[in-house]
Amino acid sequence: MQTLNLILRNALRHKLRTALTVLGLVVATLAFGLLQTVVGAWYAGANAASDTRLVTRNAISLAFFLPLSYENKIRGVDGVTKVAYGYWFGGIYQEPKNFFPQFAISAKSYLDLYPEFVLSDAERTAFLRDRKGCVVGKKLAAQYGFKVGDVIPLKGTIFPGQWEFVVRGIYEGRQANTDTSQFFFHWDYLNESLMKTGRQRANKVGFYVVGIDNPDNAASVSRTVDDQFRNSLAETLTETEKAFQLGFVSMSEAIVVAIRVVSFVVIVIIMAVMANTMAMSARERLAEYATLKALGFGPGFLATLIFGESLLIASAGAAAGIALLFPVAHAFSAKMGTLFPVFEIAPKTLLLQALAALAVGIVAAIAPALRSTRINIVDGLRSIG
Amino acid sequence: MKIPLSYIARNLWTRRLTTTLTAGGLALVVFVFATVLMLDAGLKKTLVTTGEYDNVVLIRRASETEVQSSVPRDQAMIVASHPSIAPGPNGEPLVSKETVVLIALNKRGTDKPANVVIRGVSALGFMLRPQVRLAAGRMFRPGSSEIVAGGGIARRFSGAGIGETLRFGQREWTVVGVFDAGNSGFDSEIWGDADQLMQAFRRPVFSSVIVRLNDSHEFDAFKKDIESDQRLTLEAKREQTFYADQSKALSTFISVLGLTLSIIFSIGAMIGAMITMYASVANRIAEIGTLRALGFKRRSILAAFLTESLLLATIGGLAGLFFASFMQFLSFSTINFQSFAELAFGFTLNAAIAIKSLLFALAMGLIGGFLPAMRAARMKIVDSLRAG
Repeated sequence: MQTLNLILRNALRHKLRTALTVLGLVVATLAFGLLQTVVGAWYAGANAASDTRLVTRNAISLAFFLPLSYENKIRGVDGVTKVAYGYWFGGIYQEPKNFFPQFAISAKSYLDLYPEFVLSDAERTAFLRDRKGCVVGKKLAAQYGFKVGDVIPLKGTIFPGQWEFVVRGIYEGRQANTDTSQFFFHWDYLNESLMKTGRQRANKVGFYVVGIDNPDNAASVSRTVDDQFRNSLAETLTETEKAFQLGFVSMSEAIVVAIRVVSFVVIVIIMAVMANTMAMSARERLAEYATLKALGFGPGFLATLIFGESLLIASAGAAAGIALLFPVAHAFSAKMGTLFPVFEIAPKTLLLQALAALAVGIVAAIAPALRSTRINIVDGLRSIG
Repeated sequence: MKIPLSYIARNLWTRRLTTTLTAGGLALVVFVFATVLMLDAGLKKTLVTTGEYDNVVLIRRASETEVQSSVPRDQAMIVASHPSIAPGPNGEPLVSKETVVLIALNKRGTDKPANVVIRGVSALGFMLRPQVRLAAGRMFRPGSSEIVAGGGIARRFSGAGIGETLRFGQREWTVVGVFDAGNSGFDSEIWGDADQLMQAFRRPVFSSVIVRLNDSHEFDAFKKDIESDQRLTLEAKREQTFYADQSKALSTFISVLGLTLSIIFSIGAMIGAMITMYASVANRIAEIGTLRALGFKRRSILAAFLTESLLLATIGGLAGLFFASFMQFLSFSTINFQSFAELAFGFTLNAAIAIKSLLFALAMGLIGGFLPAMRAARMKIVDSLRAG
């Protein structure tokens, strides 16, 4: 208890210095936590993926299409329960910077395969009935103020022309990590227009989503599907939804790696600041430490004092940083809108923040502790701060 | 009277550990700041060298990228007959009708796919891009299943090196050459014969038409002719503008992310500088009193401590910049959100970035050192002499 009191008083001796150091730690742990959460958001799509869903796409790349006729052939494969399909629409809402994902989907079968998109029965029926209808995610609706009944105009980039859709429902996510920033409309509506204007692209789909009965069959079902279309005009590549999503992450991997590296740089910066604070305090107190030694306190006691003070300051900063992460992440997510469809703080992030602060506290105390425990009493008593 | 610089510098030297740690923190922030600016400059440089100012790209209206665009053969013919187009060596107009698609290739040593642009060109396509030169092997023979790969692609993707084969569109394609596009975006592409690729991909239309103008000034008139022609559904852009527009989102993303991080990190470093300078003032109260008693003005004390802080920041800034300059040996490759294809670019250090980084370091030193220096300057002579 006495020791603890001493540590606390030591820490509060230079109030301004301690306050500044704690502030630095708060900024650093907060920035670290936020960056880790951003990295986590990158992987959100892959984490939310179901292991009973496979994605089949053209083997050349996603920019190529698959014929509609594959639907029944895929459905015939053993182990396949449901098949849905979709098309990336890539339209522009008012301005190119208002980006959000838009898919033309096989309405009923697609929604059946994605039970995590929660729609009320009335909204679901209204959407299925209206060929020009669309459903939008809750987060997307909040960002642009879409309401049921609104007409949303989109300018097509892949499919030229001006398209209009009527909002028939706003879906919510069943889990916290469900992406609610998407926009879905009827593939039938798109196809109908393509039959008139661009026959070549009519009756084609961008990708199939394949529901399977048992996750263990994923590999064999994928192989059977792909073998069926080998050497055809449109060869397929089937993989689990998770692998498909991770494919997108790996495309921007360099950015993810850069953010990860940078999130550790901020910890190193604060380590330098903290080490400096501890080194200065210890240097100023060299005479005191010598006195304590002369009174018979051992080097272990001095080390406890220094490590204790360092860890106390580090944990105060980390606690505030962790507490602030929640409101800051919330504000950040609101500001970024649909750019990060899912922005959740992982428990692992909090643990990493605490560990980082612990590491900062320990590393900062090493040099001063070594110096003051090794000092000879006479030299220490002579030193003048 | 001014306090000599050597006195200020010695103060930093006496407390080497503290100076090193504080300067180290500042150096890391400057490193991040400079690296981000270098990355953005590298991206811009790559894009500027990709486009030729005199070249014009024609794509379908509202399609944004070549991959999304489609140009029917008849429209390409109409464009090719425009009088503003420069004639080539044999008198034919300098027009390249190209087909651009994305294929997914695995990176070497992994099974992670990335989208790569494969461009079908005619012989004139090379003439329109003088920066593209064959570095190894030979050119593809028109009418064959041969392709040539950009230097960046040949290195990074499996199956894209000389002598290797890639399989797509029901055919095996042999890589017969590697070209060097002078660090432009074409280094991240694979080129082949337009007719063969269109056949393989079953695409009856071109993606884009690239033309060279007789005279750069004719661009506005040419653009007006094309866009007001009832038979055409195309839009015209200068090649340079076209590539710059295509990476605007990536460029904005890099600079916004980088600057936000630099500013947050700089708070940490400024706090470090402030702690150091406060301690520096506190340890020298008696000294400050003596200096004042000797006749040095408050202004000189303020200037001395600010200079000390700025000196510290300069050391940090130079160290950060020194380490950042090594980043020039690395290259960075990521997906371009707009074209949905892999793009490789380097870190470019230029004088403007060096100056900006040093000014950023000095600003951190100034802000971190100002309050402590004010405290030093405000001290009363008697009090400070007694404190010792």
